Amino acid sequence: MTHQGEVLLAVNGLKTYFNTDDGVVKSVDGVTFHIKKGETLAVVGESGSGKSVTSLSIMRLIPMPPGEIKDGEILFTGKDGVQRNLVTLPEAEMRRIRGNDISMIFQEPMTSLNPVYTIGDQIGEAVMLHQGKTKRESLEVATEMLRLVGIPAPEKRVNEYPHQMSGGMRQRVMIAMALSCNPALLIADEPTTALDVTIQAQILDLMRKLQQEIGMSILFITHNLGVVAEMADRVVVMYGGRVVEEGDVVEIFKAPRHPYTMGLLNSIPRAGDAAHVPGQPKQRLEAIPGNVPNPLNLPPGCPFEPRCKFAVEACSEAVPPLFDTGGGHMARCIRWQEFEQAQVEVNA
Amino acid sequence: MTRTVITADPGDVSVAAQTPGVVAAPQTAETLLEVNNLEKYFPIRGGLLSRVVGNVKAVNDVSFKLGRGEVVGLVGESGSGKTTAGRAILRLIEPTGGQVLFNGTDITRLSKGQMRDYRREMQIIFQDPFASLNPRMTVSDIIGEAMQIHNLHPGKDRVDRIAELLAKVGLRPEHMRRYPHEFSGGQRQRIGIARALAVNPSFIVADEPVSALDVSIQAQVVNLLQDLQEELGLTVLFIAHDLAVVEYICDRIIVMYLGRVMEIAPSRELNTNPKHPYTEALLSAAPVPDPTVKRQRIILEGDIPSPINPPSGCVFRTRCRYAIDDCAKIIPELREVGPQHFKACIRDDIL
Repeated sequence: MTHQGEVLLAVNGLKTYFNTDDGVVKSVDGVTFHIKKGETLAVVGESGSGKSVTSLSIMRLIPMPPGEIKDGEILFTGKDGVQRNLVTLPEAEMRRIRGNDISMIFQEPMTSLNPVYTIGDQIGEAVMLHQGKTKRESLEVATEMLRLVGIPAPEKRVNEYPHQMSGGMRQRVMIAMALSCNPALLIADEPTTALDVTIQAQILDLMRKLQQEIGMSILFITHNLGVVAEMADRVVVMYGGRVVEEGDVVEIFKAPRHPYTMGLLNSIPRAGDAAHVPGQPKQRLEAIPGNVPNPLNLPPGCPFEPRCKFAVEACSEAVPPLFDTGGGHMARCIRWQEFEQAQVEVNA
Repeated sequence: MTRTVITADPGDVSVAAQTPGVVAAPQTAETLLEVNNLEKYFPIRGGLLSRVVGNVKAVNDVSFKLGRGEVVGLVGESGSGKTTAGRAILRLIEPTGGQVLFNGTDITRLSKGQMRDYRREMQIIFQDPFASLNPRMTVSDIIGEAMQIHNLHPGKDRVDRIAELLAKVGLRPEHMRRYPHEFSGGQRQRIGIARALAVNPSFIVADEPVSALDVSIQAQVVNLLQDLQEELGLTVLFIAHDLAVVEYICDRIIVMYLGRVMEIAPSRELNTNPKHPYTEALLSAAPVPDPTVKRQRIILEGDIPSPINPPSGCVFRTRCRYAIDDCAKIIPELREVGPQHFKACIRDDIL
């Protein structure tokens, strides 16, 4: 699918810092990316990469203090066609955007639902709030949404409580809730991480189907590269609070230009081709050595330099800029051209 | 100890085929662990007198064997009973039925005192490296505790042994005076591995040891486990929900669903030639990290049923696309369908 559409959300130079007793944690340190209408952008990263803080910054859900959006802008075009900078938007206006224009689903469907309200009340709340519907109308919308996300017997389920549902069902309820006001942007923060693979397949299938029907954009935050390959049009790879690579999903998987992306792709087990053959020595995964950097104590240069097998002296001197490698592909590595060479050789 | 090389010994296979009731013989000659009809029911109490009104059949009639030096994966989704099975084998929870033969001794009949000797031989690595290490104990206390209980390496020797174990798992000896919170997730899991190895066991249950770790760290820990297994000749039951990880390090894989074994086969065989509809669906559901691969996946309808009231006959039939009327009537036996390949499905005309 190609998306020639206009930009829905543009994050420019976003910096979200946290003031802790041990010092300032620069969770997001100058992040720039955009999402077009109808597009799915995957933000990939490990714990501490800043991917979740980025999404919470867009929703303005960062607890302040200790958090603080230090710098940057988040330009979002709402359903009314007006572009706003979410960083400076007054809270009252932000509240109108949240749940209406932008909605979010979280990793833990168990903890994101209120156990003492019925499913219908929880889905209907946003509908009443944003669309001025009555309680009765909102329950009708809720029933309709439950039907849309494939929950059997929605008329009955709408009056049930979260504990009466399984994990997969609860995530469907979360999706129903998020989509009840027809958002322009859905932020999905590790929506399938807590689910089993067969249920994950159901949920991903559902999200794809609903995106085609509703035409929303999806910001998909995940660490699972299999899910990325399946869902994304474009990919942003984050490491140490910065974007280290950005590009079209096929480019990122087939011709990565940043050693971290390459390392991630090599370290995932691939079903099938590597399965152990009796009598033969077992294959090994290619691991990235070392640990995810401590956000309080990031290296002065490239944050990946201490773990990078391609690191040279210049890497530890300054944070490399994002190089445009062509075709909308960007990489924050001073040696990107050499990898391109290597790729060409491999392909030839 | 050297690792027995797996050979396609036809003699081995025929033994398994000829012996009734014996399923899934290991690929190595010598059996270290034999699980027969293992069962773990959790009673549900209700009513005024707290009578037992039902049972959660977490593990139901599970049988398999592990050869010495073999690495076997135990795979299933949540609710499949894989973790309960792993713990029941070690008697960390008491099984309600069946046998666990370790070196020929049924450990389910041993007293607590007798069991202690076997605990030295059988260790576990837990899933959550944050919850499984006591935050008030130093690394040396954590690793040394089991040695103390078993009176191993007394005196100064113990410190040397702890240092040696830390080096083995890729940590430094000076780490022994630190506390768990000073380590990252991957490092904590290394401490958990060192603890399991402290008493020099021959058998380890690894309960989802990499599931809670970051992708780049997962590969490190998988490789470490693989090295240690080869170096020490360990027999490992590797519990996981992710088939891809398991395939790398396991000789054979056992697939469980709703407390029962669905299929047992050598890793590659299971991957390339699954014989059970559930295994087929599980393989198909896993997302492939390649955006150019577009395939038709099998999407299972609905959720895993309640283990309190599992479906009659085959427990998978309610979600199975090949189910026929007989599936509701017959509880399928695990039977051999190929060399080292067993499945619990009555239909032979599929897959």
